[in-house]
Amino acid sequence: MSGGGKTGLTATLNRGWWQTRKWLVLRRVSQLGILGLFLLGPLAGVRIIDGNLSSSLLLDTVPMTDPLLFLQMLVAGFLVPAGTAVLGAALVMGFYLLVGGRVFCSWVCPVNLVTDAAGWLRLRLDLHGGINLARSTRYWMLALVLLLALATGSLAYELVNPVSLLHRGIIFGLGSAAFVALALFLFDLFVARRGWCGHLCPMGAFYGLVGAVSPVRVRADQRAACDDCMECFVVCPEPQVIRPALKGAEAGRGPVILAGECTNCGRCIEVCPQEVFAFGLRYPNRERGQGSETRSSPGLSKGAAT
Amino acid sequence: MNGGSGEKGSGHPAQPGRRRFLGDLARTACGVGVLGLGLGLHASRANALPAAAIRPPGALPEAEFLAACTRCGLCVRGCPYDVLKLAGLLDEAPAGTPYFVARTEPCVMCEDIPCVPVCPTGALDHALTDIHEARMGLAVVVDHEACIAFQGLRCEVCFNICPVRGKAITLDLQHNARSGKHALFIPVVHSADCTGCGLCEKACILEEAAIKVLPMRLAKGELGHHYRLGWEQKAEHGGSLVTPDQQHRYNLPEGVRYEHGGRGLIIDEGAESPYSDNPLDTLNRGLEPDR
Repeated sequence: MSGGGKTGLTATLNRGWWQTRKWLVLRRVSQLGILGLFLLGPLAGVRIIDGNLSSSLLLDTVPMTDPLLFLQMLVAGFLVPAGTAVLGAALVMGFYLLVGGRVFCSWVCPVNLVTDAAGWLRLRLDLHGGINLARSTRYWMLALVLLLALATGSLAYELVNPVSLLHRGIIFGLGSAAFVALALFLFDLFVARRGWCGHLCPMGAFYGLVGAVSPVRVRADQRAACDDCMECFVVCPEPQVIRPALKGAEAGRGPVILAGECTNCGRCIEVCPQEVFAFGLRYPNRERGQGSETRSSPGLSKGAAT
Repeated sequence: MNGGSGEKGSGHPAQPGRRRFLGDLARTACGVGVLGLGLGLHASRANALPAAAIRPPGALPEAEFLAACTRCGLCVRGCPYDVLKLAGLLDEAPAGTPYFVARTEPCVMCEDIPCVPVCPTGALDHALTDIHEARMGLAVVVDHEACIAFQGLRCEVCFNICPVRGKAITLDLQHNARSGKHALFIPVVHSADCTGCGLCEKACILEEAAIKVLPMRLAKGELGHHYRLGWEQKAEHGGSLVTPDQQHRYNLPEGVRYEHGGRGLIIDEGAESPYSDNPLDTLNRGLEPDR
């Protein structure tokens, strides 16, 4: 793989700075904007959204509750939560069912800022090695979280959940959040590549399951144009999800990235010099070729593109 | 990364791939299992709330509260007086849960209890609408030696500051035996009316408060459930449930008399102490076998 510095260079030359960083910038605006909205209350007295990512209240009317937290609550034995929590969990769940579960991870979660920074630095410093964790570990973690809630009768994982610790720490000015951020940063930088978000986080696992059925997806409709430059694999936090859609034509797979682990961050869309990827819907998911030449053979359309 | 790809591409028997897969599976399961064990132990320790941390009004019993509280801090934001704190990672209370410390910042007893209805889950019970029904904890006069009312000095600050004035804390007027001519104004807390707001603890004039709000689990004793108080039973049933009342017989230690004129117990001059050196003598009194 090429070094991090060159990623996106070709695309930038082809399409300019904005087009190759649009989603990244929008994503940062979204992440920081949401943090900012939460902070407006305590810092400026403007109460738009109160609470934190665990539970919040938008404009004093719209409740939101983390659905995994809600699930833990039920498992821990609190079976009659107030209607606010039920509605809040349903609203959040509905939203992510629609736009892709791990949109939470890439567009909302503050930990993503930390781990992306670590990931970026890892590329820059050309750091390799560290421990190899199975990508499936997060699902074990998810099971563990629910098992802990069942066994302890409390939201045990919330004692150590770095995602809520960090967000709560920032919003409520608890200094310990800095340690959490630092620990995650160092873990991702030195111990495991994309270790937290890509392998361990049970919230990511939960939203991955939610996103597995969501209609908004990244599509590789122009996959015939792929010239194997590998830039999408370099920038993608979950590169394993790309291959089936990008290279699955011969195996009869459609061009849609179906894996719930995809965070819909859109990085692959913008760095690809061939403009293979785009946001779209889950359906239709079959070989479309290009334009009117539907069903044309891959070889032909590839030839047309290059 | 666990590799399933090698297996798929080559047409070789699945054995090595499967072996590695099973190995990875076992490794991951063990790792996560150990992590879970550690976390579970940590949770069981961390869930023990320190005695000085008092939950907001309407909080469910601690065990239920820990299952119900999402740690969102909406109650903290709802409190107009910055009484409630959200536990940080290094605090003694479970991370993210709300509490207050009565000595530094007691509950102000707002009429509309703004912290309760904003709780999204009902970890703070929405059924609580009258702050006087709140039972955040119970004030206890923990140190009779330090409390200056017991020295015969006038203070009554806790009595006067109490928002459930005259009900949650009353003053028990007692004779001051030391001076022989003054009264003791002893503060007495009544659990039926004390909300556990902690205003008394905050107001206590001592360096370290002699009256403290304790969580219910620490503050309250519990009578054996088989226990019946004779006079209550009698009042309930209009008469004694057992044999007719016997003529009361004093059962006093040797050298002790009872004076009905108001002096009460009197220890005779000669006797050093009414109690024998051997506690068994007291216990066995009246049980000496007939000779």
